[in-house]
Amino acid sequence: MIVYLLCFILFLTGLYGVITRRNLIKIAISMSIMEFSSFLFLALIGYVDGGVVPIVDPADPVKTYVDPLPQALVLTAIVIGLATTAMLMAVIIRIYRKYGTFDIRQIKNLKG
Amino acid sequence: MKGMTIIVKKTTQLIAGIIFLYGIYIILHGHLTPGGGFAGGVILAGSFILLILANGSDFLNLVREESGSTLYENLSILVFLLLALTGLLAGANAFFANWLPHGIPGELVSAGFLPLYNIFVGIEVAASILTIFLALIIFKEEVLR
Amino acid sequence: MNSLIPFFVAVPLAGAFLTMILGRFTTRISKYLASVVLIITAFISFWSLFTTGETVSVYKVGGWEAVNSVPIGIYLVLDGFSALLLCVISCIGLMSVIYSISYMARYTSGNYFYALFCLMIAGMNGVVLSGDIFNIFVFLEISTISSYALVAFGVEKNELEATLKYQVLGGIASFLILFAIGFIYWKAKTLNIADIRSAFSEGHDARYYLLVQILLLSGFGLKAAMIPFHAWLPDAHSSAPSPISAMLSGVLIKAIGIYVIIRLFFNMFEISEGMAIVITTLGTLSMVVGVFLAIGQWDIKRLLAYHSISQMGYVVMSVGIGMLLIARGLRSEVAALAISGGIFHLLNHAAFKGLLFLNAGAIEYSIGTRDLREMGGLAKSMPVTSGTSFAASLAISGIPPFNGFFSKLIIIVAAVMGHFYFLAATAAIVSIITLASFMKFQRYAFYNKEQGELKADVKEVPVPMLVSMIILAVICLLLSVLAIPGVRETILTPATDILMDQMKYSSQITGM
Repeated sequence: MIVYLLCFILFLTGLYGVITRRNLIKIAISMSIMEFSSFLFLALIGYVDGGVVPIVDPADPVKTYVDPLPQALVLTAIVIGLATTAMLMAVIIRIYRKYGTFDIRQIKNLKG
Repeated sequence: MKGMTIIVKKTTQLIAGIIFLYGIYIILHGHLTPGGGFAGGVILAGSFILLILANGSDFLNLVREESGSTLYENLSILVFLLLALTGLLAGANAFFANWLPHGIPGELVSAGFLPLYNIFVGIEVAASILTIFLALIIFKEEVLR
Repeated sequence: MNSLIPFFVAVPLAGAFLTMILGRFTTRISKYLASVVLIITAFISFWSLFTTGETVSVYKVGGWEAVNSVPIGIYLVLDGFSALLLCVISCIGLMSVIYSISYMARYTSGNYFYALFCLMIAGMNGVVLSGDIFNIFVFLEISTISSYALVAFGVEKNELEATLKYQVLGGIASFLILFAIGFIYWKAKTLNIADIRSAFSEGHDARYYLLVQILLLSGFGLKAAMIPFHAWLPDAHSSAPSPISAMLSGVLIKAIGIYVIIRLFFNMFEISEGMAIVITTLGTLSMVVGVFLAIGQWDIKRLLAYHSISQMGYVVMSVGIGMLLIARGLRSEVAALAISGGIFHLLNHAAFKGLLFLNAGAIEYSIGTRDLREMGGLAKSMPVTSGTSFAASLAISGIPPFNGFFSKLIIIVAAVMGHFYFLAATAAIVSIITLASFMKFQRYAFYNKEQGELKADVKEVPVPMLVSMIILAVICLLLSVLAIPGVRETILTPATDILMDQMKYSSQITGM
């Protein structure tokens, strides 16, 4: 039970970083921390008591395996997270060229 | 962009080939051991990025390199979709159907279509991560000219 | 199995990558290739709309059949509601591509634009067709990452700031959805929507259920830009290039926001009264706050973006009324009327909001500014643009014989018949304020004669842009035909039935 609570605390840490930090790169890193907490949560869900790694050994095929479906979900989600982070980094680099600063308080051209 | 010192250059000359082979090993054994297309592709891209970072490159070489990697990425996705489409035509009547003979579990040549999908996904992931890296480097170089 | 279904996703995906390869040899071929891809998609979606009717077609990817009637593969499901949305996506997409043949000539790197556009269409088709909750997440991410890149297309200062806000808020929404998928898998041990329904109906913890519902409503509400999650929408929709604004506001917030909320809350969770009250309240708040924030705007596209929030509030409110009536077990024909009114308003809004954004783009193309105080007297120099814009303004304010009148009439009548007098009065007042706001838009942009003499050399926009605007204006008139009972039976009623009947969706899928 306490393991799931730690996942949630990691998510709240990432959320705190996104909300309060001023530097754009720190906001991007905090979003990565939020992603990793949800991957950890998904991977922990599939645990079966007394299970082993879900790779079938042809000599001894009948055992209790850990649930492999959440591991496949995490693999897909990691690739999606990579794409999101790469997109965010590209936009941050272009913002630095145009605005000249990484500080998010200076970037308020659009209002209203 | 400038390269690094001569110690780094010589070390990466020795190691980059081994990393490349390791990436290919993980892609090919995707149906037997953990890994598969995504993880193997990232390792494969890592070896190329290591070589570029250590040796440095000037701007025109980087632009030519990026057009090459974009071409590989798009071609391998189209081949992947074409392979998935053959499931519809060859009698199994479904996309992504696994209609090659399955073989004995545990051997390298088994599990029908899976090694082929793994190879093309591996090439595609390697090409796209190389493209992302090159695009960011080219943008930095473009401003400095 | 209906083998037409995977082509909705495979054709735009192949088109996107083919555009990237062929665009390297000839630069002009990418726009025509994208148009051909979208014409094919529009053709097969209209064909499925007229042949689906009441049946639910299921496509099992990879041919994995169900084992002991437990679905183990990825299912793609096509029923009446999905077919309607597929038609909307491909129709508005086709109009935007035709429009952008001449609009995007001012931007460089055109073949990236068409490739990302086809990827966005493929992602939205995948969300609408999937019968599996993780598949919805994957295709959702494909379409939103493409839209982040498309919003920032001409890299100016405003567009980059808009896409940064959009990305951070959209990223938080995606992680909330992933968390909710984790919670669902933990208890139900399955990812198929129909199977989750039967797993949860066998007894569940009420507070766990409520947590999952709140997480999903927050995540998808952020994607659909309901109040209080609307902060990204005015910036993103006003700074994007105009065909992308039309796609984003006309299709994206519907296909990945409102569609998924309706599908999950009607077909996956059991309808509960608390959630229905929350949804109705959020809808009413969106309606009211959106229109009050829209009146004071002087930038055309920000005005239209705030009106999008308000009209989406109409849809959510009427669906909420239907949910509330079903939960209380009261008159189900009024609930059917409310739900079909909401879906009809969804279709109408795609048509007239798309047309309004394309008009705003045409004004910007000719004059170069988006501020209402700097333009005037355009009705003489741009006759087609002002005519279609007048038609769209009448449609959004709810004047007969345009389509907005019929859908708002159905929503208000359903609210009155269900004894929700306060909601009906609010809807009518908001409609009047919308009319006032659009009269202001029309007057300042087109009919203000005193400033008109300064802009003497304004010409009409090129032919592809005119063609798409005229076709959309004709569609606005034609859609009001859907209110006639004969036509409504074939098109709107299958969509309403699959949502209202509690067990139809899940029994038809797990039985196959």
